[in-house]
Amino acid sequence: MGQQIQVSGLNAYYGKHKAIEDISMTIEPQSITAFIGPSGCGKSTFLRTLNRMHEVVPGARVEGKVLLDGEDLYAPDIEPVSVRRMIGMVFQRPNPFPTMSIYENVVAGLRLNGRHSRSETDTVVEESLRGANLWNEVKDRLSKPGAGLSGGQQQRLCIARAIAVKPQVLLMDEPCSALDPISTLAIEDLMTTLKKRFTIVIVTHNMQQAARVSDRTAFFNLAGPGQPGRIVEMDDTSRIFSNPAQKATEDYITGRFG
Amino acid sequence: MTGIQRVSAGRRLKDRLIRSLVYLSFVVAVIPLIAVLWMVIRNGLARFDVEFLTHSMRNIGARDVGGGAYHAILGTLEQVLLASAISIPIGLLTAIYLVEYGQGTRLSRMISFFVDVMTGIPSVVAGLFVLAFWILVLGMPFSGFAGALALSILMMPTVVRSTEEMLKLVPNDLREASYALGVPKWRTIVKVVLPTSLSGIVTGVMLAIARVAGETAPLLLTVFFTDSINRNPFTGPQMGLPLYVFDQASRPTDSAVDRAWAGALALILIVMLLNLAARLIGRWRSSARKR
Repeated sequence: MGQQIQVSGLNAYYGKHKAIEDISMTIEPQSITAFIGPSGCGKSTFLRTLNRMHEVVPGARVEGKVLLDGEDLYAPDIEPVSVRRMIGMVFQRPNPFPTMSIYENVVAGLRLNGRHSRSETDTVVEESLRGANLWNEVKDRLSKPGAGLSGGQQQRLCIARAIAVKPQVLLMDEPCSALDPISTLAIEDLMTTLKKRFTIVIVTHNMQQAARVSDRTAFFNLAGPGQPGRIVEMDDTSRIFSNPAQKATEDYITGRFG
Repeated sequence: MTGIQRVSAGRRLKDRLIRSLVYLSFVVAVIPLIAVLWMVIRNGLARFDVEFLTHSMRNIGARDVGGGAYHAILGTLEQVLLASAISIPIGLLTAIYLVEYGQGTRLSRMISFFVDVMTGIPSVVAGLFVLAFWILVLGMPFSGFAGALALSILMMPTVVRSTEEMLKLVPNDLREASYALGVPKWRTIVKVVLPTSLSGIVTGVMLAIARVAGETAPLLLTVFFTDSINRNPFTGPQMGLPLYVFDQASRPTDSAVDRAWAGALALILIVMLLNLAARLIGRWRSSARKR
């Protein structure tokens, strides 16, 4: 039911380029943590290091420690695939599998990892779609292709797909940036429900969104062009948005730069 | 001054000109295709009968009418099937390596280079290679299988190239979505990447098959000739439809020339049927998905 993540001294590279430097933070269980900051400051890169998706890019590597409930995800004998089953991810652009129906999309994580009986998957599909607040809209057309849904529905389908494998943590990389305000609201509501069951980390460019949904906020920034991204400040969301400790944070959230 | 302008007469004229050029080149490109089909059908129908499809040329004298291409049809089907069985798996796996695993490594650049070189190999050379290596050095007999080896040399690069292009078209988002669900890479490839690009891959493979089904030169050197039915592709000379057409067309009698046309028609029909079958498989798969 949500686990704590502790990061210490994390650096991430793309080939020779250092994308983020010396990140340390604690992400509390059953809460929503938001990452904000200008484009290219390494928020998404950092998010992807949390479930070992960073290393999927050729030439990318990571230094430092990420502890999930005390266990180092980057220990040499850890299987990255099993990390990703514990820490799910939702991407910026909705990406349902085009060859699969809605039903198959939701159970993709289970099916692709082994055999499950029909009754078992039926339960998971209903549970996950209800969890993603999509059940009522699609229950009559589960066998239709997932790509036929609207953008907002597709994104909720992707959330259902991610929670169907019952992860501990859910990472969301700008999940609403391709969606209209109504779909965005639906997903924000969903996040507040989901945080009872998962630890949620969200990257967002939308400051109001961070202020609305998150409990803690981390502000990322670059020291200068070509420099790695660093964490400037991390605190309770209410503090960050009312009385930040750093001038740079205040400048950013009030729109004076970035 | 900028502002909204009317389309000038000159531009309109240029548009007309280019437009008619485009239509004209389309017509010019289609003429040979229609001409070939028309010629083959018109001349081929004369002898395209049951006897043609069920009899070989055994004991058919130089001046006799009748006879057929059963032995050649059988040979072509067996040779193409064997060539596909060899080159499709190798080609698919090579393409998967190049796209999913190689990505700019030295080995993958080398493979890419050699695939390009192989694409340019003239078909005679493939036949000569099998003749020299398989038949003369290893001492194997002329056989349908030797022909299939030569054909698979020609088929492999086409399969690799077309599959590679199709795999590259699969958006990376889908691979990442699958990884993020904790699906291992090989399963992602088998269950997500390949199904997504399946119809394109099938089309590419069918084109490769169609290309080698009509090859004459490599068969000439590896399969040899026969007028009799040889069901076993692993021993003894076989016949192939292209060879049959070549053989019959070079005979002086009208009945032989008629047989050559009918053989060409049979070859075209086989390729068309294969294509149709592949399309149907593709459609059946995608409708099974939608249910």
